[in-house]
Amino acid sequence: MSIFITVAIIFLVLMIVYQIAQASEYAASLRSTEKERQKKTNIVMAASLVVFFILGCYAIWQCHFSLMDRMLPQSASKQGEAYDMMFKVTLIVTGIVFFITHVLLFWFAFKYKATDDRKASYFFAHNNKLELIWTTVPAIVMAVLVAIGLRNWMTVTSPAPADAKVIEIVGKQFNWIVRYPGADNVLGKRNFRDINDATNVLGMDDKDPASKDDIVAQNGEMHLVVGKPVKLIIGSRDVIHDVGLPHFRLKMDAVPGITTTLWFTPAITSTEMKKISKNPNFVYEISCDQMCGKGHYSMRGTIIVETQAEYDAWIAKQAAYFAPPAAPAADSAAIAAPAVAVK
Amino acid sequence: MSNEAIVHGVHDAHDTHAHGDHHAHEHHEQHFFSKYIFSQDHKVIAKQFLITGIIWAIIGALMSVFFRLQLGFPDKTFPIMEKFLGEWAKGGKLDPEFYYALVTMHGTILVFFVLTAGLSGTFANLLIPLQIGARDMASPFMNMLSYWFFFVAGVIMFVSLFIQTGPASGGWTTYPPLSALKEASLGSGLGMDLWLVSMALFVVSSLLGGLNYVSTILNMRTKGMTMTRMPLTIWALFFTAVLGILSFPVLFSGFVLLIFDRSFGTSFYLSEIFIGGKALPNVGGSAILYQHLFWFLGHPEVYIIMLPGMGMASEILSTNSRKPIFGYFAMIISLVGITVLAFLVWAHHMFVTGMSPFLGSIFVLLTLLIAVPSAVKVFNWLTTIWRGNLRFTPAMMFALGFVSLFISGGLTGIFLGNSALDIHLHDTYFVVAHFHIVMGVSAFFGMFAGIYHWYPKMFGRFMNKPLAYIHFFITFIGAYLIFWPMHYEGVAGMPRRYYDYSAWESFKNFGTLNSFISVVVIVVFFGQLLFVFNFFASIWKGRKVTTMNPWGSTTLEWTTPINPGHGNWEGDIPEVHRWSYDYRDDGHGNDFIPQTTPLRPGEESH
Repeated sequence: MSIFITVAIIFLVLMIVYQIAQASEYAASLRSTEKERQKKTNIVMAASLVVFFILGCYAIWQCHFSLMDRMLPQSASKQGEAYDMMFKVTLIVTGIVFFITHVLLFWFAFKYKATDDRKASYFFAHNNKLELIWTTVPAIVMAVLVAIGLRNWMTVTSPAPADAKVIEIVGKQFNWIVRYPGADNVLGKRNFRDINDATNVLGMDDKDPASKDDIVAQNGEMHLVVGKPVKLIIGSRDVIHDVGLPHFRLKMDAVPGITTTLWFTPAITSTEMKKISKNPNFVYEISCDQMCGKGHYSMRGTIIVETQAEYDAWIAKQAAYFAPPAAPAADSAAIAAPAVAVK
Repeated sequence: MSNEAIVHGVHDAHDTHAHGDHHAHEHHEQHFFSKYIFSQDHKVIAKQFLITGIIWAIIGALMSVFFRLQLGFPDKTFPIMEKFLGEWAKGGKLDPEFYYALVTMHGTILVFFVLTAGLSGTFANLLIPLQIGARDMASPFMNMLSYWFFFVAGVIMFVSLFIQTGPASGGWTTYPPLSALKEASLGSGLGMDLWLVSMALFVVSSLLGGLNYVSTILNMRTKGMTMTRMPLTIWALFFTAVLGILSFPVLFSGFVLLIFDRSFGTSFYLSEIFIGGKALPNVGGSAILYQHLFWFLGHPEVYIIMLPGMGMASEILSTNSRKPIFGYFAMIISLVGITVLAFLVWAHHMFVTGMSPFLGSIFVLLTLLIAVPSAVKVFNWLTTIWRGNLRFTPAMMFALGFVSLFISGGLTGIFLGNSALDIHLHDTYFVVAHFHIVMGVSAFFGMFAGIYHWYPKMFGRFMNKPLAYIHFFITFIGAYLIFWPMHYEGVAGMPRRYYDYSAWESFKNFGTLNSFISVVVIVVFFGQLLFVFNFFASIWKGRKVTTMNPWGSTTLEWTTPINPGHGNWEGDIPEVHRWSYDYRDDGHGNDFIPQTTPLRPGEESH
């Protein structure tokens, strides 16, 4: 019932507003001629647009400085530094264009408003020289931006260095599973048909010797060594997910049936970043950036960037996924599955 | 069919004499159904598209209010939502499953039903025959079918909102496997089937309309209306139709394959999937294939939405500046450029799908190339108002707002089109801000400008002006307040399509900003209701139009009677002698020369 009352009230209010507006329009038409009214409107509207522009510029300024301290801290990867530089260049270029075109738009609107004493000055409909200028200049600017962009793109998508540490990250509804290759630095084969949520979350091939020492973390926590390049092997068990690494300025889809990769070099440890960001709770987060169902928003992973020594200490405590029953996981970070009966 | 045959039917067409009288007769006796419901009059069909579009816009906007309530106030409950959404918002708390359904429906409705059908359906139907001097479309019957296919598509989509498992919830892009597998989400069940059926019918509607628009523009221009004398609205609507005809079939093929994967066990998009506790038998498909097929329409679709607004803004800026459009030919060439490039940039939506980096580079180049014709258009609009004599009618306000928003939204496209920057910004709020400004609000501004400008032609009355100005400022200020700060959230990596950010250390610090945005959304929503009320009330209560040409415009639609019947002109269709932007002194104290005025001795055609 209350829904109808709400709708009825809204309707009534709108009707009253409309009647007032109509009445004011009729009253104005009695007071003055159409021409006079249009002239008055022109002046009011032209001025309002200028006021809008000035207040808008002020608001942009305010918005910028009130949000700056909520932005991401400096880039945590080497590749990200080039990214931030390129972002700045693009921002300056587009910012200049934005400002100039808007000044012209609102200034012209104000300056050339119709009043009694002026007419559209003259018949001026085209000018090839002008068209040529404003075709070429944007084209050149774009060429420069494309050049910077492609240079960075080539770096980001280049093959990972040979010494890069390989880590697999697999998305499923709605969490991330991380697999480390163990001492042999080789990930064992896996097959989606062997997946079993209780005993073999990734469908790893237990007959492949490379699988024997693979470590699986089901809590979506990834440990990386600062300064060491890492190559992510990205996969998905069910629908499309996306490994979003905002602090490293990177992102890559996780597509079922297709393996994608991404490599980068973490440059700042988690501990250092807590100081840089002045946030004691700071943590590198992996966000799922491709809509994957109702739990999409909760598909959170984390990354811990640490020194080689810290990493070594951590990895030593991890048990292989196919570990014998006698060696339970020592650290809660990696929830190794209980013993798997070798079929 | 000839112009006369269209209006009088084939039999009457043989009887070509004295059609003037005959004409006036015929339309008084039309039955209510054939006049207003199953009408073949392009003007009535235009109104049908517009009113249906407005109703869908209200539904789509209301959905955004609901999910903005969730985003702005994730820890609060809103009992009012339960009234509207029932079990989906039990206790006033939106269900995550339904949050995604709302997001999906909001996108589908606004992109397809409002800004495609509601926008080009309205203005292509209204303006093409009126501005090129034709009595109706090439095939009025097909035109009627186009509306009714759209209507049925709408009914099916509407029904899907009420089924037990809820409507489709995989995003408006409905990427498989999420959309292909019932196990993946509730919305991927019956809701998705209805979505696909509805969209397939929508494609049919769009093609029937598009083919009609193209053939009408090419074949049915009145005497003297050469292609280069056509108003830019017609050029823009022409390329809109071309884009639709060439790209919608590809989307359709994508949907057919998806239907096969969903219902008939094929593996076009599915491979190596373990879901719902078991491994599926499908192997060998590619989920990315769907994205290629989808975006082959999806990107031209952006221009299907933008071009009509560009055309109308050009027309309205020129008319109300009392000055010819600057660089008419440059405007046409840039439209051609945008149309061609629109087909060559689709993969910029897919930079992070793992596609070949080399292919990515090509798409970066082509994408940033599209900035050139867009820049040309902006500079031409600015030069059009330069040294003009500007009348700030409500339509003019919205046209100026259109230019501002198009610049703002276009510039952020330069970030996203560059793959090296997209790799961080992809699927964040930066994207949300970008496309809402450039193809959402900006296209809406083009649409509002068109409605305020051509309302007198549609209904023989004016919309209320004070309300129109209030509507303009609420929308203009509101749009910037909503979407400008979202860029910052995007740069901070905040992903789109999240139900709640409070568990994320990196994104939860935008809580107050999200609340602010949601409050503005509610204000802007009620601002739009003001427009809707103004629109409907003015049909009966608006100030009456007393002159044939209230805006002092050069184009042909203003040579028809104030309330034109089916056939548009009483008597012969006027002949055209000059281009559509002859705004200058006509020697009798007027500042414009209608297209129908013969060239003066010694005067050269444009």
